[in-house]
Amino acid sequence: MKKVIAQTEINVNEEGYMTEFSQWTKEICECLAEEQGICMTEKHWEVIDYIHEKHNGNEALSIRGIKKSGVINIKEFYSLFPGGPLKKSTLIAGIPKPKSCI
Amino acid sequence: MKKIVILGAGTSGTMMANHLVNKLPKKEWKLTIIDQYKTHYYQPGFLFLPFDIYTTKQVKKKGAKFIPKGVDYINEKIDLIVPDENKINLENGKSLIYDVLIIATGTKIAPEEIEGMNGPEWHKSIFDFYTYEGAKALRNKLREWEGGKLVVHITEMPIKCPVAPLEFAFLADSFFRNKGMRDKVEITFVTPLGGAFTKPKATKALHYLLEEKDIKEVTDFNIERVDYENNKIIDYGDTEVDYDLLVTVPTNMGDEVIERSGMGDDLNFVPTHKGTLQTLEHQNIFAIGDATNLPASKAGSVAHFEAEILTDNIMRYIQGEELKDEFDGHANCFIETGNGKALLIDFNYTHEPVEGTFPFPGVGPLSLLKESRANHMGKMAFRWIYWNMLIKGVHIPFVSATMSKKGKHIEEVQ
Repeated sequence: MKKVIAQTEINVNEEGYMTEFSQWTKEICECLAEEQGICMTEKHWEVIDYIHEKHNGNEALSIRGIKKSGVINIKEFYSLFPGGPLKKSTLIAGIPKPKSCI
Repeated sequence: MKKIVILGAGTSGTMMANHLVNKLPKKEWKLTIIDQYKTHYYQPGFLFLPFDIYTTKQVKKKGAKFIPKGVDYINEKIDLIVPDENKINLENGKSLIYDVLIIATGTKIAPEEIEGMNGPEWHKSIFDFYTYEGAKALRNKLREWEGGKLVVHITEMPIKCPVAPLEFAFLADSFFRNKGMRDKVEITFVTPLGGAFTKPKATKALHYLLEEKDIKEVTDFNIERVDYENNKIIDYGDTEVDYDLLVTVPTNMGDEVIERSGMGDDLNFVPTHKGTLQTLEHQNIFAIGDATNLPASKAGSVAHFEAEILTDNIMRYIQGEELKDEFDGHANCFIETGNGKALLIDFNYTHEPVEGTFPFPGVGPLSLLKESRANHMGKMAFRWIYWNMLIKGVHIPFVSATMSKKGKHIEEVQ
């Protein structure tokens, strides 16, 4: 389905996750974050960069990965993206949320 | 003589030995399989053992029974893989040289990864059911448990058979109902993911199961530690869940030999090409099943489909032909929902499980993503198929290695 955000039309799924990463921009990212009640700071951008790096390398985002990332520790990760940090950070980063097989 | 060595005689390794023994030119190639354990377990049976649905005898047999004649079977622990020398060092000091290596060393639980999990309460009030020992200890516990808070928990992804914890929760509901004590048991399903179901179609089609069975869901729970003195699990966001009986799926990791040999990722899984099953680092080393880092389910059915494609690719490799980039992540799994019913799901890397019929389009007899008794019969029959066909490398009729889209309500995954 389509969604208009930051004066741009993007494709999202039922849960609001972007389905075409190529449409992602920093402006869209800021608006998606705002919808989640998050105001992007420098630290948030560092995490988003890390997530994109993992995503481009076909690696799934995980708490274990965050722990070893050297970017932030897990407590910080929770405070940056309160209430489901993996779920929220992937949404804002424009990539699919971590999934299982059903 | 040239040599192919298979590491691990579990589901994948045993299937590969059976497939290859019939195809390799016997005068030129010698096939060896190495495993430290003598017992072959029917791992899907570990789900049923705790509820006394299967007996211990139904889930284990002597491994040697399934290794075909003409294959050299070595019962020894592997100390090290030395890819630069094409060499395997065994713990007894002996070593073997290979021309082609197949890594099928599987996945293990690693409860020591979480503080307090593997402590004094391990297999007393904290159980796994991913090992024979864990499933059996849990069976003994459930026989006498008088009720309370049952927490079914996933530590982190990826795990072997990702739906098994959910099946466990469903079967627990049936089990306690049949015992006339469901009112004494509170069942909570705790997951690091966004829900017990994570894909849109499955969530829509199946979420009713949780409500119908009165199973509570705690989502986005990333466990930090088990407070075994106060019977609770605590996550990084300081959420706490109380339990009387914790049934957890600990962190799943590849075998330590992969770590010792410097061949794995953070979780000791071997980086492998997702279409050809050749390892990314070494051309003459291939990997299969849950030893790989493929973004497919770590399940026997996946290993089964991989084995057919890997057999072709090994034959191509030794004949100097180009490998087939064909594996599509196909998985086909029965999911027990309790009360003698089950679901069937069929999916791959790019297609999520959808509704439809299987294996014959429009006919069935099995229905996809829907509860039915026929699916349950399928799951029960599968144990026989496993021991008599699957690991012996006998082709299962009408089921192809790559996923078929026929008879399904398909939509591309975004």
